Amino acid sequence: MAFSAATANFNPLNTPSLRSHDNHLVTSVSPSPFFGSTAKLRLSSSPKFNVHRRSGSVVAVSEAVKEKKPKSTPNLLITKEEGLELYEDMVLGRAFEDMCAQMYYRGKMFGFVHLYNGQEAVSTGFIKLLKQQDSVVSTYRDHVHALSKGVPARAVMSELFGKTTGCCRGQGGSMHMFSREHNLLGGFAFIGEGIPVATGAAFTSKYKREVLKEVDCDHVTLAFFGDGTCNNGQFYECLNMAALWKLPIVFVVENNLWAIGMSHLRSTSDPQIYKKGPAFGMPGVHVDGMDVLKVREVAKEAISRARRGEGPTLVECETYRFRGHSLADPDELRDPAEKSRYTARDPITALKKYIIESNLASEAELKAIDKKIDEVVEDAVEFADESPVPPRSQLLENVFADPKGFGIGPDGRYRCEDPKFTQGTAHV
Amino acid sequence: MLGVVRQKMLGQSFPKIRPAVSVLRSYSSAAKQMTVREALNSALDEEMSADPKVFLMGEEVGEYQGAYKISKGLLEKYGPERVRDTPITEAVFAGIGVGTAYYGLKPVVEFMTFNFSMQAIDHIINSAAKSNYMSAGQMSVPIVFRGPNGAAAGVGAQHSQCYAAWYASCPGLKVLTPYSSEDARGMLKAAIRDPDPVVFLENELLYGEPFPVSDEVLDSSFCLPIGKAKIERVGRDVTITAFSKMVGHALKAAEILEKDGIDAEVINLRSIRPLDRSAINASVRKTNRLITVEEGFPQHGVGAEICASVVEESFAYLDAPVERIAGADIPMPYAANLERMAVPQVEDIVRAAKRACYRSVPLAAAA
Repeated sequence: MAFSAATANFNPLNTPSLRSHDNHLVTSVSPSPFFGSTAKLRLSSSPKFNVHRRSGSVVAVSEAVKEKKPKSTPNLLITKEEGLELYEDMVLGRAFEDMCAQMYYRGKMFGFVHLYNGQEAVSTGFIKLLKQQDSVVSTYRDHVHALSKGVPARAVMSELFGKTTGCCRGQGGSMHMFSREHNLLGGFAFIGEGIPVATGAAFTSKYKREVLKEVDCDHVTLAFFGDGTCNNGQFYECLNMAALWKLPIVFVVENNLWAIGMSHLRSTSDPQIYKKGPAFGMPGVHVDGMDVLKVREVAKEAISRARRGEGPTLVECETYRFRGHSLADPDELRDPAEKSRYTARDPITALKKYIIESNLASEAELKAIDKKIDEVVEDAVEFADESPVPPRSQLLENVFADPKGFGIGPDGRYRCEDPKFTQGTAHV
Repeated sequence: MLGVVRQKMLGQSFPKIRPAVSVLRSYSSAAKQMTVREALNSALDEEMSADPKVFLMGEEVGEYQGAYKISKGLLEKYGPERVRDTPITEAVFAGIGVGTAYYGLKPVVEFMTFNFSMQAIDHIINSAAKSNYMSAGQMSVPIVFRGPNGAAAGVGAQHSQCYAAWYASCPGLKVLTPYSSEDARGMLKAAIRDPDPVVFLENELLYGEPFPVSDEVLDSSFCLPIGKAKIERVGRDVTITAFSKMVGHALKAAEILEKDGIDAEVINLRSIRPLDRSAINASVRKTNRLITVEEGFPQHGVGAEICASVVEESFAYLDAPVERIAGADIPMPYAANLERMAVPQVEDIVRAAKRACYRSVPLAAAA
């Protein structure tokens, strides 16, 4: 199995580590055939994908891969429909976030707003492989995770405007997006807070299968978090628990190298986050997070591993946020040269190039998608603008699920007096 | 099976009670005696039996039979998937509990003591308490956090804090503090069935204490309402509110006061959040004097909230300033005599009651 090979054969000394001030991180290397195949095939077929960061890496190509090597036709890792779906999702994420910035500066949005520009490949690459019942847990940078998971743009925009038609009726805000219908479990402001909750959601899937005997329950949970979180105790505790109880979860690190103004290299003793997976008994994979197709390949394997019951995976996606930490961040500490290097690797442009050059779709079709997304975002803003603010009566609602509270049922009587209160039968 | 267990435990703790006592035979004279530990164990047992979504998670709850033997026998009965021993990661197992509660499971998360809950307080407050509000009702969290709270005997400063006031100040949580076995059983069952996060503060020193329980309490669907206090002793002259261990002290103080002609009404708060303000105010309107007793630190404590509530609603009825009795405003010392001074004792309650009644010397029974 590819991933278990990664765990077993993992040898960090393979990788030359370049730690210049502009944060060239170690590139991924794994002697496993799976990883070799991805890199190798991609390199041979689409040299336009920026590979200079990989130039120092040594990729061991096994015999199996050599046999698989094609045919000069570009390998089609995606079909046309998939390509367009990925493109549309990434463009939606980008357009939405850009609109958020505009709205913020016009005063329609307020508080803390953290934008996801540049990281779309991670969200799209992973979430588009999930079913509706799979769960996603995110951080405060959660707008695009919500959109990828299927929450309508209107609902997200209204929530950001603080209107009662938002996905959380205006009570959550930018950092607390929840959707029961789409199994988006938030939206947490404290870093590291979402990871245990995600671990719990994964635990539920296992519990349902084993204790509640819902044998076909194979729901997977994805936990998204950043590089800064990887220095937090809860992260390590969860790696331990997830591996210990073999939970169906994928830990996705969106390593954008910066935690507000704190560089990942300044704050971490060993900046290679994916190495921390094998220390807890799970595979650790590093992938280029600016390339949605690579992310998707890795995601496929990690998610199906979890679905098969083989346990968790730690995936480190090397990515970058084009904007500051939040809209209030002046973003003065990051080197403009670094920023422009990453902007040149814009995931949307890269996917567009790939689609056109592989003749999956024409430029016109992609432009049509761009236009459609613009309309969707405009409509979302209009809808949010016209929606009402929450009424005063909403202030005290939803504190408790039990509306009368306090053990008193909806009929006004004490619940304990209801003979049907006990579910099932007690064997005493 | 439970009857057999109870019989064995009864036999051990009370040589006075005839070992032939069984659940099925009714003795018209005495009610059954049950320790708080047995009450909690039976409540957990019954709730886990009734609903397969209930599971227990915490340190030493499984093979060790519970750090204080509260979960004795549950591992054998329900298996390791439902009674889960965890590593020492409070933050994470509280968070895992919240994650499972989002999906409708009903976790009972045990903290070995509530002092350790401080490592998990992020999840208790930020994910459990606030989720229902932040998600506008989409994610309810039917979780119970339970464990011993407050001072034990000689365990030092880091193991002796009372967290009632801290958790009770947070909207979105329900905070319960049982005293007797009846309280423990009824309220734990209510807490497990409740769809909201409940912080269930037990007391280690009460675990072994027996209380009489009626047949109604032993019934498997017995539940107490959350948010209602209990008048443990009806009186006319002064109201004493207390919770958890202090109820016992208050009752003893009431007996002493009775000899001095002061008829004290003792209220067992049972639920700190929501506080049963109407019961407290009704009692104060009757007696016109109030003493609040708690074990925790005095500043911003439960007594402060009760005092404010009474001043707001029943000011005209007060004949004396409200007396607050709380633990000393210091971290708990270790030395036994200092520890005794740092925690309210029966004499403190008696003295305060007399001050509230403006009697410094015992009088004959007053009219």
